[in-house]
Amino acid sequence: MIPAPFDYSTPATLKEALTLLQQLGDDAKILAGGHSLIPMMKLRLASPAHLIDINKIPGLSYIKEEGGYLKIGAMTREVDLEESEIIRKKFPIFIDASKLIADPQVRNLGTVGGNIAHGDAANDQPAIMLALRAEVVITSLEGERVVPIDEFFFGFYTTAVQQGEILTEIRIPTPSKGTGSAYHKMERKAGDYAIAGAAVQVSLDGKGTCTQIGIGLTNVNATPMRAFRSEEALKGKKLSADLIEQAAQLAAEDCNPSDDLRGSADYKRTIVKALTKRMIHKAAERAVNS
Amino acid sequence: MIQCKTSKEISGMGHSMKRKEDARFIQGKGHYVDDIKLDGMLYMDIVRSPYAYAKIKNINIEKAMKVPGVVAVVTGKDLEKYNLHWMPTLMSDTQMVLPTDTVMYQAQEVAAVIATSRYAAADGVEAVEVDYDVMKPVVDPFKALDPKAPVLRTDKPGKKDNHIWHWEVGDKKKTEEVFKKADVVVKEKMYIPRIHVASIETCGCVADYDKVNNHLTMYMTTQAPHAIRTVIALVAGHVGLTEEKIRVISPDIGGGFGGKVPVYPGYVIAIAVSFLVGKPVKWIEDRSENLQADSFARDYHMEVEMAGTKDGKILATRFKVVADHGYADAQAAPSKFPTGLFSIATGSYDYDTTYMEADAIYTNKPPGGVAYRCSFRVTEAVHAIERITDRYALEVKMDPAELRMKNFIKKEQFPWKSPAGWTYDSGDYHQALKKAMDVVGYEALRKEQAEKRKKGELMGIGISSFTEIVGAGPSRDFDILGIKMFDSAEIRVHPTGKAIARFGTKSQGQGHETTYAQIIAEELGIPAENIQVEEGDTDTAPYGLGTYASRSTPTAGAAAAIAARKLRDKARKIAAYLLEVSEEDLEWEPGVFFVKGVPEKKKTIQEIVFAAYTNHPQGMEAGFEATHYYDPPNLTFPFGSYICVVDIDKETYEIKVRRFVAIDDCGNIINPMIVQGQVHGGLTQGIAPAMYEEFIYDEDGNILNGTFMDYLVPTAVESPSWETGHTITPSPHHPIGAKGVGESPTVGAPPAIANAIVDALAPLGITHLDIPITPYKIWKALKEKGKI
Repeated sequence: MIPAPFDYSTPATLKEALTLLQQLGDDAKILAGGHSLIPMMKLRLASPAHLIDINKIPGLSYIKEEGGYLKIGAMTREVDLEESEIIRKKFPIFIDASKLIADPQVRNLGTVGGNIAHGDAANDQPAIMLALRAEVVITSLEGERVVPIDEFFFGFYTTAVQQGEILTEIRIPTPSKGTGSAYHKMERKAGDYAIAGAAVQVSLDGKGTCTQIGIGLTNVNATPMRAFRSEEALKGKKLSADLIEQAAQLAAEDCNPSDDLRGSADYKRTIVKALTKRMIHKAAERAVNS
Repeated sequence: MIQCKTSKEISGMGHSMKRKEDARFIQGKGHYVDDIKLDGMLYMDIVRSPYAYAKIKNINIEKAMKVPGVVAVVTGKDLEKYNLHWMPTLMSDTQMVLPTDTVMYQAQEVAAVIATSRYAAADGVEAVEVDYDVMKPVVDPFKALDPKAPVLRTDKPGKKDNHIWHWEVGDKKKTEEVFKKADVVVKEKMYIPRIHVASIETCGCVADYDKVNNHLTMYMTTQAPHAIRTVIALVAGHVGLTEEKIRVISPDIGGGFGGKVPVYPGYVIAIAVSFLVGKPVKWIEDRSENLQADSFARDYHMEVEMAGTKDGKILATRFKVVADHGYADAQAAPSKFPTGLFSIATGSYDYDTTYMEADAIYTNKPPGGVAYRCSFRVTEAVHAIERITDRYALEVKMDPAELRMKNFIKKEQFPWKSPAGWTYDSGDYHQALKKAMDVVGYEALRKEQAEKRKKGELMGIGISSFTEIVGAGPSRDFDILGIKMFDSAEIRVHPTGKAIARFGTKSQGQGHETTYAQIIAEELGIPAENIQVEEGDTDTAPYGLGTYASRSTPTAGAAAAIAARKLRDKARKIAAYLLEVSEEDLEWEPGVFFVKGVPEKKKTIQEIVFAAYTNHPQGMEAGFEATHYYDPPNLTFPFGSYICVVDIDKETYEIKVRRFVAIDDCGNIINPMIVQGQVHGGLTQGIAPAMYEEFIYDEDGNILNGTFMDYLVPTAVESPSWETGHTITPSPHHPIGAKGVGESPTVGAPPAIANAIVDALAPLGITHLDIPITPYKIWKALKEKGKI
């Protein structure tokens, strides 16, 4: 449980960090909350020669509403979401998730940016960001670029963040009135990665017709996965129990879980169906009550 | 309510005195092995095998020796020069310290790297290059018995198979006859999975050999320091380390649960290295090493049968066990009991016919197993009997509570001789179950369940009415490596009336510093607050066999009471002398001798003790000290009834433990608060194997869940709100009527949970599920039955 030797820098500005990143190339890893990277280093599954610790850089941790977006700084800790008034009022989905992400110690240090940048379908925030139609701001020495979340996850541990780049912000479109969101994952015990998880955001008009819907799934695909067919099945329609059941069934059919210690692929599909159904109901209920 | 004989100031038995040791623990001031730092101390880390079964072709240490800070790399060949490459197990088998040619399980120690820092040692481990010739391992104990299976223990001359021993008890022929004639026979195969104690503190030591004085001080995480000193002397005597030159110190221990009874190779390597280089050597395992290589528990494959009448009278039981011991029988059990106390499996029921047999098998897995919070295979036994009893109730369509009530041994039948040969000391099983049923509201729950079943909802109620067997043990039967399983107490009362008491046991969280003080306070009237309890240093404490198997209260607790009584007898003599009356004229109330009928003519215990040093009667030995070695006349038999209520989600199969009522009877209670704490911890370690924990190996012998990421230790989040209570049936043969409680909940809880889950699923045709029962396992079982 002792990592291989590595060098360590604590740049004071983003520019300094980006410069270091460019100089060191593949040998360097960004250290944010460390709750994915450090366990891998301790097991010597990852042995970066250099860690660039961005914890000392000011201005990367914030939650604010601006220009039609909720903006979350990459270094915002999971616990900050839990404690934010804006989040509590408008994005209950994060409160659902924060109860299920690891444990309080991890949430005190783990960052929202890190959770996404790690590119792990087992993490909780990616599916939520898919459901919320987030955009990811990526910064390099050349400037900023904005990537829609659907184009962010490439594969296992690989994302749109290229060499020399740092994920700096997540932007979530401000939901319209009549929007509700919910997340749940089933885990083997508290702090575990999901057997499966479902994130849903739904917008309803005054008549109960679904005008917007986003459904993201956790840990049932090589990358965080959006349940497109389920969304299509509901969009523009008045939600009913039967329709929701059908949409959940589509999610179960479309996901690609693997057999592992958490269960067989078939079993996980059963769980995807149950959770997707429940989260659509819950999000819709919240939309009505919003 | 528990009646206390002493005032709160004295805090003898029955007082919920706050734990004396907690002042340091809750302030982070405990002192553990890893807190020890000595001048010139070196650090050890271990190279472990990635394979379950392989020949070692070569070990190249060249690169490792070049890592800055590395001072030595030790291999089996190095130890072989001193004949230290093999060591005996507590069960008189042998296991490797370091291999010279073959590794027998994944994570086995292959070499040790010694360095000037912990970090350098870890880098050194990475740099050691080992060439293996990988072989196909034997993982399944049933396949291990196949004549074509490779013989694993080729080190044993003439060994032709993987069979270790056969054991049996009971009357085979009579059992066969009863089963043949019985109206009802039920049978289930049950597997009790391989699990791990997973104590918060891993194992480790600091071996400090002083070359000048030829003296070894061994600081280590051990539950049995005296026994370890003797074992070290037996293993290392030939190199000059004889027993008077060895001091074993067991400082604060962060949980033991049986996992800190065995001698692990790391300890021996650290001693050998310290002996050779003359410097202290620290070895502390990391979590993965602890889980993957240290002794496991359980791993019993059982066939369990019960025969009975149509109307629910149990007639006989039969048990057939295959025990997977890994590559060595490294159990921590008394010598004459290869299956531990499994023969308690006849349970709490009145019938006279049983037959049990067991076969132990070698496989390519870590050696073991330890008695994890369980006095030697009692968990397996209780699971077998309590599960099959429910299975029988299901078969004869009788309520499992009613069936138990019908078959319980009645309180007037004690002492009761079991068909497997034990004499149960005392019990009132009907009362305990009735109390549990009253607390949980059994009748109402059954009604609710009937309603829910109509709606297709899954709700279950499970009972476990267990009988434990603890306090090993009487010297006629019980020994470890020939040393009888007595235990000891030594009490020294200082002139001012305050005392120090030392014991051969070793607390790992049980609260001995408080409970032993309370026992002495009860007997001598000296406030428990003024009695300092010390354990764990073989240079100061009297010899004893240590703390495991819920034996401390039954043995050392009894020794404390009797040593204190010896002192009270002396106090009476001194009081008579001081008050100028005869001993018969004196009466005792806690802390005071007074003259019968003249209560103002009295001497307090403090005055008497002072006189023992300042004004003792001529002809009497001065001072106020006593020692007692207690050899118990029988074991003690704590018992209890647990009721668990579960709700199972019809879509996800998640299991919610809605209620868990635990009524325990551990005889007289020393400290109710500590007993409750023990029960809470034990119950949590009971839901662990019932719903979460199990080691999984693939066919190549790879452990698939060797870290806390996948080896699922339940936390506060998983723990239901425990509802505890007790009945009190004193042990008739124990000096203070106590029985021991540490393991009862761990032993009693798993079948209550399993029975509740199976009860919930019974309408869907499920009659048994092996623990741990997870949502996935339920889904699979229902899928197989075509129910989903």
